Amino acid sequence: MAEKWKTGLLGWIDARFPLSKMWNEHLAEYYAPKNFNFWYYFGSLALMVLVMQIITGIWLTMNYKPDALLAFNSVEYIMRDVNWGWLIRYMHSTGASFFFIVVYLHMFRALLYGSYKKPRELIWIFGMIIYVCLMAEAFMGYLLPWGQMSYWGAQVIISLFGAIPGIGDSLALWIRGDYVISDVTLNRFFAFHVIAVPIILLALVVMHILALHEVGSNNPDGVEIKKVKGPDGHPVDGIPFHPYYTVKDIVGVIVFLIFFCIVVFFLPEMGGYFLEPDNFLPADPLKTPLHIKPLWYFTPFYAILRAVPDKLLGVIAMGAAIVLLFFLPWLDRSPVKSIRYRGIAYKAALGIFIVSFLGLGYLGGEPVTPVLTNFARLFSILYFAFFAVLLILPMFEKTKPVPDRVTSK
Amino acid sequence: MKKRLLPLLLILVPALTLAAEGGVHLDKANIDPDNQQSLQRGARLFVNYCLSCHAAGLMRYERMGQDLGISELQVAENLMFTGGKIGDLMTVATDPEDAVEWFGTVPPDLSVIARARGVDWLYTYLRSFYLDPSRVTGVNNLVFPDVGMPDVLWELQGWQKPVITTVKDTDGTEHKVIDLDLAEPGLMSPKEFDRAVRDLVNFLDYMAEPGKHDRQALGVKVILFLLVFLVVAYFMKKEFWKDVH
Repeated sequence: MAEKWKTGLLGWIDARFPLSKMWNEHLAEYYAPKNFNFWYYFGSLALMVLVMQIITGIWLTMNYKPDALLAFNSVEYIMRDVNWGWLIRYMHSTGASFFFIVVYLHMFRALLYGSYKKPRELIWIFGMIIYVCLMAEAFMGYLLPWGQMSYWGAQVIISLFGAIPGIGDSLALWIRGDYVISDVTLNRFFAFHVIAVPIILLALVVMHILALHEVGSNNPDGVEIKKVKGPDGHPVDGIPFHPYYTVKDIVGVIVFLIFFCIVVFFLPEMGGYFLEPDNFLPADPLKTPLHIKPLWYFTPFYAILRAVPDKLLGVIAMGAAIVLLFFLPWLDRSPVKSIRYRGIAYKAALGIFIVSFLGLGYLGGEPVTPVLTNFARLFSILYFAFFAVLLILPMFEKTKPVPDRVTSK
Repeated sequence: MKKRLLPLLLILVPALTLAAEGGVHLDKANIDPDNQQSLQRGARLFVNYCLSCHAAGLMRYERMGQDLGISELQVAENLMFTGGKIGDLMTVATDPEDAVEWFGTVPPDLSVIARARGVDWLYTYLRSFYLDPSRVTGVNNLVFPDVGMPDVLWELQGWQKPVITTVKDTDGTEHKVIDLDLAEPGLMSPKEFDRAVRDLVNFLDYMAEPGKHDRQALGVKVILFLLVFLVVAYFMKKEFWKDVH
């Protein structure tokens, strides 16, 4: 190979570090299916949002004070007295919500096209761990502004650990470091939010991408492009990620940024969904807000928790709603990956699952009433039923023939 | 392209259907954040009637003067009663312990109150005090029952008296409705008073986010830039993808 004899700076580096090799493996010679559609933008968008959260987070940390007496005012200090502080803060707070929007759409894509199925089970598992870490990251980050909803939201969620029999109360105490949410809790959440969880997240993202590039990307047809290779040894239906998908993803990034900037510059509170009104009141351990609710991205699971009459069973159901997702690669036994070639029953089941998830998301943000609780119960049952359907359906599902090669765009 | 944007648009829907708060009917504040005179009048009302008990401890006099078109000298002479420097925060001299003795609680800081309560709530609240001899302060409030705050704007508004009527619902249940009637006029007519409260609420809204105006002005430019960039990026993508079949 001529590469070996490369001269100049790049040659010098390549003799000591696999720079060109990595560039080729992951970008210039990573062959991705040519038929990616709209749903395939959200992977690269998630990566971009992660980078944005880290960078804005670093600058927020320069002025934020993780101290129960100073935290609330330091956030407003950033909003008022720090140059461009308001922009950095709104990008971070809006970025948190958009991260979940992007990740939910990214996960939905996997459900549409069976991207979690063999040989991509580990990609899915790493992705699910990223999702759980992201929830922890968002939950702990939301305590930091030290507003009323930060405080009471954390109080309610941590008290859930108290439902675990035997060790529950001491576990909740151990997490808080105090009998109530206090300065101690704020400090440790800050440490986790800015150091521990981001490091784990970054490592997991690397593993997620390495696993993807090991087996290759799935596509809307759910066929393996590696099965049909040309004389050059590259998949016939594959195109190098760079430049084809880099230029395509730039378009996706700009469209995303337009939506993102509309929120950052014109709707930073997003009608109380991204920044809640109660969080503009400083945390007060003696005043419980009328209506405590988690931020919108947790509400589906919160609704499941409240739908179950027993607290412990509710916590178990809520946990199961997430844990079951980990097992999707083994629950879904159908050999057909893409929804394009699956029967009407799967399409209906997935539709009902999504409607249930969105319904639960809405209900989790509403105050409890008997009617709404019944709806939450119905949607919870439908949510769990999806996994049972996945298990049973392939036994008598009539699927359409899957083509050998990807269908054109 | 339109079809592809639909899912993203749908995500933005919840913001437009903000759930209505239960309880008292709130009057629309209809503030005009671009009306600098209204903001200046609001600032004057704020320092005269609110700032003696409530602090705005996150707001600086200097910033207020700059944003509202009031010179430093005018701020110092007309809006700063406690002396101090122009760069100071709008804090309050009241001792918290005294405050608890007088009102039963420390009056909350009002810097970001408009973002917590909303402008309509504030506008209605400030106009909804009524005489209630059972209260220590002599007044109660429709929006915030048994509030500790006295009716500080009484000399402007006058005193309102409650008129209780019983209304039957369509399903037969009875409700007590409290209407307010001006028992003793103040220095302002009801119309003038509404305008004064609107000015005050406008100022509270400004103070809750002094950079709002700049933010929106910058947003227009950023989005215009992105739209131009989008056109360029789209054609670049098209050019690169010409040979993909």
